[in-house]
Formats: sequence, structure tokens, C-alpha cells
Amino acid sequence: MGVEQKLANMGVVTTTLETAVNWGRTNAMWPMLFGLACCAIEMMAAQSATYDMSRFGMELMRPSPRQSDLMIVAGRVSRKMAPVLRRLYDQMPEPKWVIAMGDCASCGGVFNNYAILQGVDEIVPVDVYVAGCPPRPEALIHGVVTLHEKVRAEKFKDLTKT
Amino acid sequence: MDNKLEKIVQVLQERFGATFEEFRGEAHVFVSLEKIIEALSLLRDEHEFALLSTLTAVDYWPQESPRFHVIYQLTSLTQNLSLQLRVPVDGSQPRVPTATGLFQAANWREREVLDMFGIEFEGHPDPRRIMMPEDWTGHPLRKDYPLGYEEPQFTFNFDEIDLRKPYAKE
Repeated sequence: MGVEQKLANMGVVTTTLETAVNWGRTNAMWPMLFGLACCAIEMMAAQSATYDMSRFGMELMRPSPRQSDLMIVAGRVSRKMAPVLRRLYDQMPEPKWVIAMGDCASCGGVFNNYAILQGVDEIVPVDVYVAGCPPRPEALIHGVVTLHEKVRAEKFKDLTKT
Repeated sequence: MDNKLEKIVQVLQERFGATFEEFRGEAHVFVSLEKIIEALSLLRDEHEFALLSTLTAVDYWPQESPRFHVIYQLTSLTQNLSLQLRVPVDGSQPRVPTATGLFQAANWREREVLDMFGIEFEGHPDPRRIMMPEDWTGHPLRKDYPLGYEEPQFTFNFDEIDLRKPYAKE
């Protein structure tokens, strides 16, 4: 009977601060509605009942950037939309993450021309790229789970570099 | 071609010296640059062509000269007729008088033609780019504008292109 057993009987769990902070960040990550084009339909499908995303804490899709942590850029970003996207990204409070969903957000997709931004990582730093045109809802959920794993592995000493 | 349309095309031919071509029941009338505003106001006032359906341009470089054709598609709702006016414009200093005074719908469409082809419209109330960013150089829909934008990044040239790609730092 160790100390941990006795504490557990009392309802106390010990952990590290990093684990606790990262657990809080992953389990209630609110995405911002940024469905631009066809990938938005798959994002909506992933949010729906069949491929439920609210089991990952993403029940609330906030349209306001001030209340969200995660920006899922779903769809092609045109050159006219790019400064708007950057402004919304700047309005999100730290900590924030970006998932580039689909081929057009990752690398420009099939549109190799003057009007479409060749990958949204030209203007915002992206954490996870989800490939597909459009990616299936399961692929988007896999990307979300990958992001969760990445956030769980974050250390405090990396966060203090600005 | 409709009888009424034939008569209107004949009026245009007599008054403005316009030539016309027919394609599958549509009438395409070629009007010169100086007479286009007069022709548009004649059609709008006397022949009830009140709707400017579209205003675009085509680039025929290098096959034809003059290079651009500015296209005005007019529709008459009362008579159920549709007529297309084409204005051949030279490529060196393309300037066309604006149709905004006659049709309010011409405003944004002329801005689009300016943005995509570089054809300037004299007397336009708001001549600025509408689709590309304001500091963009070049006119994308001209035939001598490059087709693609960047070199595709395959596995064999991944690292070389990775050095040149613009990434956002933060």
C-alpha cells in the first residue's frame, strides 16, 4: 500500500504540470469555422453524428476567432482572402494551432495559378497537414488526433521562445 | 435570326457602319471604338435593350490584330432578344470610353476587364483592381501571361524547392 494508493482512495491523482496543462489544452480545443470551399462540406460531415468530432472536445465550433484555439483551414485560399485569413489568425489568442485541411490548403492543390495561394503555410504557420481532395472525415479526425498527440508532447521549455 | 433582330442589326449597319457575323442564331455586331457609346445609347433608348447582361473582353494574341475585343451583351426583356456588340481594341494603348453612364451594371465589369486585360476605361468613376491585390503587376487573362504559378514539388526536387518556398515564420 503506497502513498499513491492511499491518495487514490481519497480521490487525489498526482501528475506533472505539463501533462495536466496539455491535457486541458487537447481535450477542449475549440475550432474556428474556416470552411472556405469543398473541404468545408467534409468538415461539416466530420462534425455530424456519423463521424462525431465532439467526442474530441470539438463540440463548439466558434465563428469568432477570439474564442477559439484551432483554425482548420478547409479549402482553397485565394490571394484576395489571404490578408483576411492572416488577420483572423492574428486575432486568435495564444495558444493556437492550425490544421491545413485538404490539398489546396496544404500546397495549392490542383490550382497552380495566379489566383490561389500555393499552400496556406505561406501566411500562417501550420501544425498538421491533412492530405486529400477532399479528405474523408476519418482523415480529418486522424489529423485532429495527430495534433492532439503533438500538443501532448509539448514541453514548457519550448513554449517560452517567442 | 429573329426578324426584329435583323431589323435592328440593319439599323446598326446603316448608322454606324458596323459589320456583323451570325453564329447559330446569335448576332455579333462589330462596332468601332468611336461609335460604341452612341450605339449603346441608341439600343438602350430606342430599341428597348435595357439590360447589359455582360461586359467582358477576349484576347486574340498573336493570331489577330487588333488584339482585344471588348464584348457588350445586351438583352431586351420586352422583346426577348439578345444582341452582342464587339469592339476591336488595339493592344498598345487600350482605352475605351466607359459605359457606366448608360448602364450601372458596367461598373464592376469594367473593373474586371481592367484587372484581367489592362484595358482602361475613360471616365470610369472607380478605376481600380477588383480581383487581384492592389499592388499586383500584370494582367492575368492576357495570352502572354504565364499559365502556371510555381514549379510543382515532386520527390526528386523536394529539397531544392523547399529552400525557395515562402514559409510563414509566426
